[in-house]
Amino acid sequence: MPEVDLVPERGARPSGLYQLVLLKFLRNRVALFGLCCLLLLLLAILFAPQVTPYNPIEKNTPERNQAPSRLHPFGTDKLGRDILSRVLYGGRVSLQVGFLSVGLAVIISTPLGLIAGFFGGIADNGIMRVMDLILAFPGLILAIWLVSLLGSNINNVIIAIAFFSLPTFSRLIRGITLSIREMEYVMAARGMGAGSLRIMFFHILPGVLGPMIVLTTLGVSGAIVAGASLSFLGLGVRPPTPEWGAMLADGRNYLRTQWWMAVFPGMTITLVVLLLNIIGDALRDALDPNVRA
Amino acid sequence: MSQYILRRIAIAFPMILAVTTVVFVMLRVALPGDPAQIMAGDRASPEQIEIIRRKLGFDRPVVEQYLIFLRNFAGGDLGRSVKFREPVMGVIARAFPFTATLTVLSVTVGTTIGLVIGIITAVYQRTWVDNIGIVLTVFFFSIPTFWLGLMLILIFSVGLRVLPVQGTGTWRHFVLPVTTLAVGQSALIARLTRSSMIEVLSTDYVRTARAKGLARRRVLLRHALRNTLIPVITVVGLSVGGLLGGAVITESIFGLPGVGRLAIDAISNRDYPMIQGAVILVAASFVFVNLIVDIIYAFVDPRIRYA
Repeated sequence: MPEVDLVPERGARPSGLYQLVLLKFLRNRVALFGLCCLLLLLLAILFAPQVTPYNPIEKNTPERNQAPSRLHPFGTDKLGRDILSRVLYGGRVSLQVGFLSVGLAVIISTPLGLIAGFFGGIADNGIMRVMDLILAFPGLILAIWLVSLLGSNINNVIIAIAFFSLPTFSRLIRGITLSIREMEYVMAARGMGAGSLRIMFFHILPGVLGPMIVLTTLGVSGAIVAGASLSFLGLGVRPPTPEWGAMLADGRNYLRTQWWMAVFPGMTITLVVLLLNIIGDALRDALDPNVRA
Repeated sequence: MSQYILRRIAIAFPMILAVTTVVFVMLRVALPGDPAQIMAGDRASPEQIEIIRRKLGFDRPVVEQYLIFLRNFAGGDLGRSVKFREPVMGVIARAFPFTATLTVLSVTVGTTIGLVIGIITAVYQRTWVDNIGIVLTVFFFSIPTFWLGLMLILIFSVGLRVLPVQGTGTWRHFVLPVTTLAVGQSALIARLTRSSMIEVLSTDYVRTARAKGLARRRVLLRHALRNTLIPVITVVGLSVGGLLGGAVITESIFGLPGVGRLAIDAISNRDYPMIQGAVILVAASFVFVNLIVDIIYAFVDPRIRYA
């Protein structure tokens, strides 16, 4: 019988799941390119005052309604404001809505999903039926209603979007929790005397993390669109604050004469959403053991 | 089978009851301000407000209001719209056909295109066809409806002048809104079909079918497609349910007087009976569509019935 060497080779460190995932993600050239583009765009938005020479809010009547040119790559609007500058400044609002609402949804739905999946029974039924109930309401109308009830401002837009994203997140977390709960290592932890809280947060949560990151990435792009949709319909930010959806709503009235007013803000939203979706897809592939690198 | 269907129906009813209750609570209890005051307007005298309050039953205890509301709802009476000055049901019944047409057409067109793209990209996995498909679908998946709608108007109505911008007169009015919604739908279905098909193609029974010497086409369309469709059905159901009440943006861009726009207008007009009616009906139709999906599900996948 050949001797089996059970001691791993020196220097060959056992790599964790997330190291493998990261490696697989980095090998995906499209995703890597997407990530770089997104980071560049985020930097431009973050440092908008340094990047653009124009004020996004002040009127500049002599330069109004200009088509795209070298001085104004995205043209100017009816008040003479540079649209590129407004797009960059507007990104601050849109990204804030996207990230904060998803963050809020994750913070609330993680414990809910864990509890529902782990304890089952009444807790599961109670939580999931409430989620079903939220899901039964038409998302955007619900958000519009909530914002008009609570008052039209950015914070309430964030709350409304977070609220109607709750079911998606808690369902996912519950589903994964259900499958992990039955695994042998969880049983082992229980056998060693670990309490429910400890098992939930130290043994199950790490397993939930991967799919959560994917859903969060895709969720942010969804939330950005939802936020822009609300301001497109006139809820949320007030003029003259630049915001992508509001700029589109404005440009919509000038499609015949100043097409650039609607084209560029929308193109930017599409680009950001596209990049986030590409990254999310790549993360999902990286986490999926069935997909080869 | 019939037991399964009955059980599903039994779950749907409390759901609709819960929806109506939530809407009631949101409108009557959680709402800041006095609805009668808001409906009467700023210049109304206290007497006028009192009349409205009495007319709408707001002067009675909340529990009694709730019971009356439920009794009326069960009888198909959702109250009178403040703005339209006629029964809410009638106003919604006029708007519903537009939304239903838009939903059915865009989901049908989008799903068909999505299925074709999904099957082709799954079959030609890891070739240039697949790559083009993936790029195209992630792009279509990412375009927000409001921008796509505006761009379609810019190209086909303003630029080429071949299609009308807004309105409802002819079938030509539906081309752009249906396209707007179908693009996203097709991308969603294509992505789902592709991954589902790839999974099915790697199963043993597909290999068996091939080993038997069946034609490739037959294996794909007869054997693999059936199981591929199972998750697709759910998503199509969710799309139908969602669009019936959620085509707000598309309806507003293209000036279609559908249910979504009705709801938005009602919210901005503070037309409470109308908001109540629209939201309840939309939510109820969502629950109903899901019920139907569950029943279809049990037909196509016998495993579900016995679970």
